[in-house]
Parts: sequence; C-alpha cells; structure tokens
Amino acid sequence: MSEPFEPKIVAFVCTYCTYAGADLAGTSRLKYAPNVRIVRLPCTGRISPMFILKALQKGADGVLVSGCHPGDCHFTHGNYHARRRWTVFRALLEFTGIPLERVKFSWISAAEGGKFADFMNSVTEDIRKLGPFDQYQGLINETEAPATL
Amino acid sequence: MAKIGVFICHCGENIGAKVDCTKLAATLGEHPGVAIAVDYKYFCSDPGQESVKKAIRDNNLTGVVVAACSPRMHEATFRKACAEAGLNPYMCEIANIREQCSWVHNDPVQATEKAADITRSMVEKVKRNNNLQPIEVPVTRRALVIGGGIAGIQAALDIANAGQEVVLVEREPTLGGHMAQLSETFPTLDCSQCIMTPRMVEAAQHPKIRLLTYAEVVGVDGYIGNFHVKVKMKARYVDTESCTGCGDCITKCPNKKILSEFDCGLGKRPAIYTPFAQSVPNKPIIDKANCTYFKNGKCKVCVKVCQLNSINFEMQDEFIDLEIGAIVVATGFQVQDNSVYGEYGYGKYKDVINGLQFERLASASGPTSGKILRPSDGKEPETVVFIQCAGSRDPSKGVRYCSKICCMYTAKHAMLYAHKVHGGKSNIFYMDIRAAGKGYDEFTRRAIEEDEASYLRGRVSKVWEENGKLMVRGVDTLLGIPVVIAADMVVLATAMVPQPDAKDFAKTIGIGYDEYGFFNEAHLKLRPVESSTAGIFLAGACQSPKDIPDSVAQASASASKILALFSKEKLEREPVVATNNEATCAGCWGCVLACPYNAIEKKDIVDRSGKVIKRVASVNPGLCQGCGTCVTFCRSNSLDLAGFTEKQIFAEVMGL
Repeated sequence: MSEPFEPKIVAFVCTYCTYAGADLAGTSRLKYAPNVRIVRLPCTGRISPMFILKALQKGADGVLVSGCHPGDCHFTHGNYHARRRWTVFRALLEFTGIPLERVKFSWISAAEGGKFADFMNSVTEDIRKLGPFDQYQGLINETEAPATL
Repeated sequence: MAKIGVFICHCGENIGAKVDCTKLAATLGEHPGVAIAVDYKYFCSDPGQESVKKAIRDNNLTGVVVAACSPRMHEATFRKACAEAGLNPYMCEIANIREQCSWVHNDPVQATEKAADITRSMVEKVKRNNNLQPIEVPVTRRALVIGGGIAGIQAALDIANAGQEVVLVEREPTLGGHMAQLSETFPTLDCSQCIMTPRMVEAAQHPKIRLLTYAEVVGVDGYIGNFHVKVKMKARYVDTESCTGCGDCITKCPNKKILSEFDCGLGKRPAIYTPFAQSVPNKPIIDKANCTYFKNGKCKVCVKVCQLNSINFEMQDEFIDLEIGAIVVATGFQVQDNSVYGEYGYGKYKDVINGLQFERLASASGPTSGKILRPSDGKEPETVVFIQCAGSRDPSKGVRYCSKICCMYTAKHAMLYAHKVHGGKSNIFYMDIRAAGKGYDEFTRRAIEEDEASYLRGRVSKVWEENGKLMVRGVDTLLGIPVVIAADMVVLATAMVPQPDAKDFAKTIGIGYDEYGFFNEAHLKLRPVESSTAGIFLAGACQSPKDIPDSVAQASASASKILALFSKEKLEREPVVATNNEATCAGCWGCVLACPYNAIEKKDIVDRSGKVIKRVASVNPGLCQGCGTCVTFCRSNSLDLAGFTEKQIFAEVMGL
C-alpha cells in the first residue's frame, strides 16, 4: 500500500458533555486525527443501536459513543440507559460477527477537551490497525447492488 | 422538493485558512436538493445575515445549513434570521466546521474533506426537518423558597419586594438557619444576630410572604411554571394562632435537661421550647420525644399554665398542597460529624469542640452569655489550639473539597478569643491560609499581627489528656520540628457537609447532586444558580460550601432569575420533545420506566360509546425535556423526538 489507510469513524455524542468537550478541544486548538465525524444528539439515551449498525453498514470502519460521566447526565440518567443498552448490544455485536473493537464507548465531559482529543487519536490509531471494515460491505455487495457511500 | 441553502462561513481566517470554503461551496452546490451554496467572510455579521435572508426569499428555500462555528455559538442567531425571512426557525441547522474541524486539524485537504462530510450530513438532516412551534406553558406566579436561613430569607425577600407571592418553608421551628447561631461574622466582626434577626422579622411580616415553619417539602410534581408541591406541616402541639409567645409554659416545664440543638449541645432547654430567644415565629413547640406527657401520659403543666388554651396534645401532622411557578432550594449544610477524627478526641474529651460550638460559646445569646469557658469545668482556657481542615481536604475522611469558610472563621475565633480572654494564647494548625475575598486577607493578617495568633503550618496527629490538659501533638513543617502543645481547649474547624438527607431530598424534588450530596448547578460557570431542572434554582451552601456574602449573592441571583420568569404570562420552550404515534403504540410502558421526568402518562383511547379500546403512552410536552431516552426504548418505533427524529439521524449518518 502506498498510502496509509485512513479509517472513517462515526461518533455519536450527547450535546451536553462530549459535544461540548469537542468544542472545548477546538477552542483550546488541540490537534487530533481528522478521521472522526460527529453526530450530535441530545443525550446518549437517544442513541439507538440501530444508528451504530447503520453507520457500520454505510461504510464506517469504526463507531464511538460518548456522553456524560455517570452521575453527570443533564437528563439525570440517560447515560445509565445508554450504558445498559451498550452492555446488551455488545452481545449482539459479537453474535453477528462484528468485532467489538470497532465500537468504542467512553465518557467525556464538557471540561475534558484534552481527553476528547486524546481519545480521537487513540480510537483512530486502533481502527487503523484493524484495517478497513469490509466484511459487512462484502456481504452487501453479494446480495444487493453495489453500495455507495 | 427540498431546496436547501448552504452558507459556508470563512469566519475570517478561522475556518478559511484551513478549509477551502470556495471549493466546499462548489462541492455542496452539486449535492442533490441544494438550491444554493455560497461562501462569505462572516455570515454572523449584519450583512452576512442579510444575505442569508435574501437567499431564503429569492430562492424560496425550504431549509438552511450554515457551515460555521459550533451551534452552541450561533444556532440561535441564524434561526432568528431564518424566522425573519419567513422560514420556520427549526428548518435551520449548523454544521460545525470550526471547533470540530478547522481549529483541530492541520492538513487543509483532510480538513476540507471532513468539512464537506459534516456539511453534507447536515444537508441530509435538514431535508427531513419539520416545522416546529415553540411550546407555550402558563406560569403560576408564586415562588417557593425551601430553607429559611440567610440564603432562603434573602431570596424570599427579593422576590416578595418585587411584588410576587412567596411561600417560605423552613423545617426547623424558627427561621434563621446557621447564621442565627453565629456570634460575630468575618471580616467585619458584625454581630450575626444583629444583622440576621431583623431580616427574619421582615420575612415573617412581609405581606407577600407566607411563612411555613416546622414544615417540610415532601413532594414536587409538575414542571417549570407549574409545580405541584406537597408540604408536611409537622405537629407543634401548640396552636400558633392563639399563642402569644408569652413563654409561661417554657419557664414552668419541669423537664429542662434536654440538650439544646441550637446551642450545639452546650446548653439545655425544656421539652416545650423556642430554639432561641429571638425565634421567628416566637411560638414554642413541644418536643414529642422528650415531653413527659407524651412519654408517661402525665404532667400537662404547660396546659395548666397556658391561659389561652393553646396547647393541644391531639394535634396531627397536616399536609398542604401548593401551586408554584418556580422554586429556590436553599437547604443549607451541616457540620461534619467530628467523631471521624478519633485521634482528636472529639466526643471523648469535653473540651474538644467544633467551630460551631465555639460560635455558641462566643455568642452573647449562648450558654455562657458570650464568655469563652471550658465545657468541662467552666474555667477560662489559657491556651487554645485550633485545628484547621479537620475534615476538609482530607480524602481519607471522605471530603476532598475545601470548605472555604474555615480559614476565615478560625482567624475570627482567634480574634474573639484574644478580645475576650486577655493574655490567652491561641495556636492554629493550618495547611494553607485561603483568605480570598474582600477584606479577607487583611482580616487574617490582623489575627496574626494584632491579636497574636500563632500559626503553625502542619497537621495534628493526636490529642490526648494529661494532668487536666489536652496535649496536642503536631508538626511545624516550616521549622521542620514536631511540636507538643498543652492546651485547655481544642477547636476543630470542621468540614461543611451537605444535609444528611440531601440526596433523598434531591430525588424528591428532582434535581441533580454531586458525589457528596451538594446540589448540582446547570453549568458551573454560566448557569451557577440554576439546577439541572428548569424552574428550580439554588442558593447558599446546599450547592457548595459558601460564606454569607456568597450565599446572599446567589440567593439574590436566584430571585432575579425567578422574577424574569414571572415577568411573562407564558413561557416559551424549545419544541424538542418526544411525540407518540398512538396508532402503533402497543402500551408496553417501557418508555414510562425510561423517562427521567415522569413526562409519559397512560392515556385511554375510547370509542364512541366511551368504551376503552386501547391504552397508549402520551407525552406531556410541558414535562418532557427532550432527552430521547424513551424513543430508543420504544419497541414499536412509535415514539420519536422532534428535532432529532429517527429519519433525521439515519439521514445524517448516511450523509457522512
């Protein structure tokens, strides 16, 4: 390969903590890998496992979910629901053969711009090592017309 | 057919230097559904906004994406501009290509690529946006203030003086809180009661304030502007209407050996009592646990001496319901239980006391009438050791934070001691002196320089008794030597901790709290007086340790927030709320369990004859805060969240 593989990563974040943390990374001018695309939601409680599957299906090489630390949720306990849902969803992911390492979960507060930047870098590095996520894509190509990103 | 306008802002060089905005506009212009894509230096400027409005009108746009700074900066600005151009403001979305793109990436090619992805994904979202209308809710113009200490009184007076009704609830028999217990206040050495009691009387006599003492808030339902509050009026066994507060019953009560809570256990009180002489209301209550009649069925001395027949042993707790528009929580703090410091001998040696007890000793209304006397033998102490941070900043005792007031009150105690006991020697063990505040550092300097308090930087390891003296072993880290001081009294600057039931109370009224039980503000910097629940505000030490000026300032800030709320007939709220499709709802009630706000009710669907054919979930848009947890919970995909619908999010993901 002449060029290093640049993974595409989709992040589902809550607007009160992690989105604000990402903004803080920006206002602090911290530099991090440009591979992550953020989808803003009101709360991690709003994040459906279907969103994660859809992102993977549409060609994301990795997905991450991040919200407020336990106890800090603006909506008092949306993040606890998200955590429980994730625990159950992990089992489903394993069952479907999607490597768990491609889906990351984290708590990043509005004050943790540095943590956000570091996390983006480490996730990008991890996913880069895993290589492109094409198992799913291959399956779609066999059954449907070629998928476009 | 969607006609989306894409407006790409250079933000001067902030975006323009990294993202090729012209190329971005050209790329987006090709995207299906995009009617116009332009770039400009500053879209947030007046001409920038005008150009957006003009483009909306000229092209009959159905949606707008502004690729610029974070929506937290200018979403409101551009939504307003859209509304002015006749477009529903919720048809405007922001693509964040500054904080989350140009500012954080070095490579212009990659940054431009990412900006294109972000903007395209927002275009796909906007195509599926719906026209939304802000939700209007009525406002009950009556405030509830919970807690009658200095913070609660200040908030109540500020609101009442602006002409709005206030209900002030205090769970003790009197107003006053901790401030009424203090002797003098730093940094002016004002007599605490002299400044506090007139405010208590003012609050009690104010025509706009309804005062409920010996009462507790036991339930809060509803939402901003429309709270339903249940208050328990605890039985006083004295009819406050007829009682004149003559005090005959108090003097005649035979059981006078009960430790006074107000005097922190240093004084005694009878079973029928007022906490202190200036209590407001100045009407006694009967302490049921200690009353001889309640224990043995005999006595009734108070009934005999009361000429107004105000004593009523049959009195029961009563519950009253209140309709409230906004709430101030000012429930205050407690001092930490010093027995966690077994090595300091609190509870074991009578002359080891805490700061609040020292206040009572120094107070003219206290058990010693303001003389500093040892609780053990009533003698004047010749040497006093003050131990700062007895609890605060000590993770091993569970309190990592600084209690903020102890450096100041310890300096004050040393001064009061020097003024009252001439020739007395005070030694203060400290970790750091934190005297940040107007006149505060000058105050501690005065304690050191004029009143000759000896400050020793170091911790105390043990206090023990030897020949009638309290031996204090510590270390002076500045000299690097161990010290042993023979003292007559030891005063612990105990940590301020939340009320013991603070967490339960927070759950009752529906606000957030931190690991200790201090109530959480909505934003530490920008919304420090609002709780995370709309319409509930915080004041005083229930939020974090605070001194009197800070508590008063926060109380006044809460009051002004409430007055702003009451200045309108109706409230407007963001229409980001959940909606339910009743046709597909199966009534599994998963959403009811998931909702943190009890915003989802069960609703009967009836046929023409009134027969219930189905029960479905129904979202109360006034209560719903729009977190969307229920939507993800919904097994039949009946629920959706306005502004963040399933369709919108999927489209956003697919646009990336």
